[in-house]
Amino acid sequence: MSDSNYSVRHILIGVWTAAVLMFVFLPSATILIASMTASRYFTFPITAFGFDWWSKTINSLEVRSLAYTSLSIAAVVTVIAVVLGFFGALAFARYDWRGRKLYQKFILLPIFFPQSVLGLALLLWFNALGFTLSWKTAVLAHLVWIAPVVTLVMAIQVYSFDPSLEEAATDLGASRWQTFREVTLPVLMPGIFSGSLFAFLLSWGNFPLSLFTTGADNTLPKYLYAKMVAGYTPGVPVLGTISTAAAAIVLFGGYVAMLLLTRNRKAAL
Amino acid sequence: MSGDSSFLAQPGRRAAIPIMVLLLLGFVAPLLAVVGFSFMPPRTFGLWHEPSLENYERIFSDNTYVSLLWSLGLASLTVVLLALICYPVAYGLVRVFGRWSTALTLLFTIPLIVSENIRLYGWVLFFIKGGVLPGTLKALFGVEMGDFLFTPAAVLFGMVYVYLPFMLFPMTLGIAMVPNQMREAARDLGATRWQVFREVELPLSTPGLMIGSLLTFVLAVGAIAEAKVLGGQRIIPITHDIEIAFTYAQNWPLGAALAVLLMLVVSVLVLTVLKRFDLDQILGKR
Repeated sequence: MSDSNYSVRHILIGVWTAAVLMFVFLPSATILIASMTASRYFTFPITAFGFDWWSKTINSLEVRSLAYTSLSIAAVVTVIAVVLGFFGALAFARYDWRGRKLYQKFILLPIFFPQSVLGLALLLWFNALGFTLSWKTAVLAHLVWIAPVVTLVMAIQVYSFDPSLEEAATDLGASRWQTFREVTLPVLMPGIFSGSLFAFLLSWGNFPLSLFTTGADNTLPKYLYAKMVAGYTPGVPVLGTISTAAAAIVLFGGYVAMLLLTRNRKAAL
Repeated sequence: MSGDSSFLAQPGRRAAIPIMVLLLLGFVAPLLAVVGFSFMPPRTFGLWHEPSLENYERIFSDNTYVSLLWSLGLASLTVVLLALICYPVAYGLVRVFGRWSTALTLLFTIPLIVSENIRLYGWVLFFIKGGVLPGTLKALFGVEMGDFLFTPAAVLFGMVYVYLPFMLFPMTLGIAMVPNQMREAARDLGATRWQVFREVELPLSTPGLMIGSLLTFVLAVGAIAEAKVLGGQRIIPITHDIEIAFTYAQNWPLGAALAVLLMLVVSVLVLTVLKRFDLDQILGKR
């Protein structure tokens, strides 16, 4: 009796999970459908399909420059966040030092903070310092939020790192730099990898921080928001789809690359 | 060696410096500036004026605090709804789906990387007149759907949608922390399914639940895109008031005072909850 109860419960959990997943993907599916209409306004069911808006959007110089800005911000944020996060994670999880517990909680604070308020606070701060808002100030703003996230992601990897590996290398006569390059870095590679993936994607899609800190430079999410509020064209769902697809490709590409990486490592051992 | 006694002798401390510098300049300093501005006279743009409490008085005499109540109320509702929605899913990811869990988790991660306003706009096109849902209802059943968009319920719906992963993932971690033997032992000792849940599962997975709720609440209280995209300005959340004060109204001190009120609520919550946890234990140090 309890066995059949058990499986009924499992089926219910499965059905519920499927429903939640559908809920999660419904808006993206809607965006995809809306991007394939030929008419100026979206009505469902679609009567005339067409891809004019796709070619129009892809060939638009404005869109290209937006994508370029978003990409530059994400790239610079990734590089800096990974460096900061790498050392931050070592301090978080690898070394024992006085003040570490406090430091761990301090690192969490920007993550547990409303992003829009952070964006506005930075707007005020940059203004008070006399900075002109541009994509560079947006990089700073993204970093305040993304560097702690990357630190946490990498810290999880660092926790599983056995410090005696480093000691063994030193005992065998490796210099500090050699130990770092030959032992620490390769072992922590998966963490560095997933950290940079997170950094890039979170920056690419960020809206609340970019909204207040990019000044005259526009990112894709910010531009899309402006278009949603005033001046809808089917270009909005097209661009939304492209941005989503780009992020998904990076995510899955990264996932596959990571699988291959760990497999190669295992084969080499 | 005399260097050992210096502040930077410990390697952990040295490694912490770069990110600490970033957070001091990019997080602590701006927040201090906000606090400072909140005590400046209205419509001033410097920190050298005589401090005053005028902004705070105005918030309470002008009913501006109503928007703070809206934000807090919506965020609390979001947390409760998400806890109910996510628990079975998180439980499934840890205990039921086995080798499918990784793939499912990846699927749940994807929305995180898509800008929230794009996804919210998907809901606009879904619910709008002539959109996916009303269009389908009309084509199939000839039923006209009432307006859902641009209502407080739509804003709540959007918040539940956007912050789902932030509840789900910490919850999954929390449930994974409950040792299987504990549950089995409780079963063997004759506990009913409900008792196992209430006496073993729930208390032991509390850290994950608390962190998920905290994260969701904090992010939801700062929600701005939901009310803009789905709410059609019907609801004015506190973040909207702060934004208006900082931008169109050019009244930094008022905006700063509002931000300080919100920060107070958030930091009291975050600090009390975080104080109770040992992060080494949660994140996996043995």
